[in-house]
Amino acid sequence: MTFAAGDDVVVSSREHSGHHRTPGYLKGRRGTVLRVYARFRNPETRAYGGDGLPKERLYLVSFELSEGDRVLADIFEHWLEQAA
Amino acid sequence: MSHDHAHEPVTTAGEPPAAARVRALADLLVEKGVLEREDIRRRVDLLVSRTPADGARLVARAWMDPSFKERALSDARRAALELGLEPGESPQVVALENTDDVHHMVVCTLCSCYPKALLGPPPDWYKSLPYRSRAVSDPRGVLREFGLELDEDVEVRVVDSTADVRYIVIPRRPPGTEGLDEEELAVLVTRDSMVGVTEPAPPS
Repeated sequence: MTFAAGDDVVVSSREHSGHHRTPGYLKGRRGTVLRVYARFRNPETRAYGGDGLPKERLYLVSFELSEGDRVLADIFEHWLEQAA
Repeated sequence: MSHDHAHEPVTTAGEPPAAARVRALADLLVEKGVLEREDIRRRVDLLVSRTPADGARLVARAWMDPSFKERALSDARRAALELGLEPGESPQVVALENTDDVHHMVVCTLCSCYPKALLGPPPDWYKSLPYRSRAVSDPRGVLREFGLELDEDVEVRVVDSTADVRYIVIPRRPPGTEGLDEEELAVLVTRDSMVGVTEPAPPS
């Protein structure tokens, strides 16, 4: 599933053992896609000597923090779901 | 010159655990033929040859030249190349602009990702657990400890550098700098202001 800027998304809260770059504090959180970046090698296999292929799309996603402040984080496509 | 005193043997006693680990890793990589010592030395040289002065040049030019700023915000790598800087192919560098309404600060909650190609090695506090955890839970509190009190109507955007993009902040140009040239402006641009935890001070 690909996303575009402005799309509402949810970060997957699935279990994952091993190296990955999705911060725990954002799992299950709802956010909005701000930017669509390029596709990059997947760190989840690169970390173990793999080639990281196929590449995964990276997005800059905005999350509400408090009092109108936000956290912006880079999240790989395979960790994002369409918000209900 | 006489040499009549005994030297301490080259020893690793008292070496911090992280240093011992790095040395052991380097020894292994060399032994297995993955890297040569020369590769490691060159890489370290490259890293420490970069300083915040590189990023400061980019910021000062952006302050002077609105069209350059637009280029920097859309493609920081190309803008850096225009100045003769070496932003590197990877990771990708992205510049974010602080304005009167929006204040960006950068963190890597997972480790210590940092725009090393434009700022050099990160400061210790950037790698510390307290900064990494509190930046995303209490950013205004962290900024206050850096001496920066933002108005309530300024939106704080904490940028968590979790993957293949490295962020550099273009801070607000301080007041009272209208008459300064680019080099004089660059002197005002501090490392911490390009991480977004402080703002450049006006000239004294």
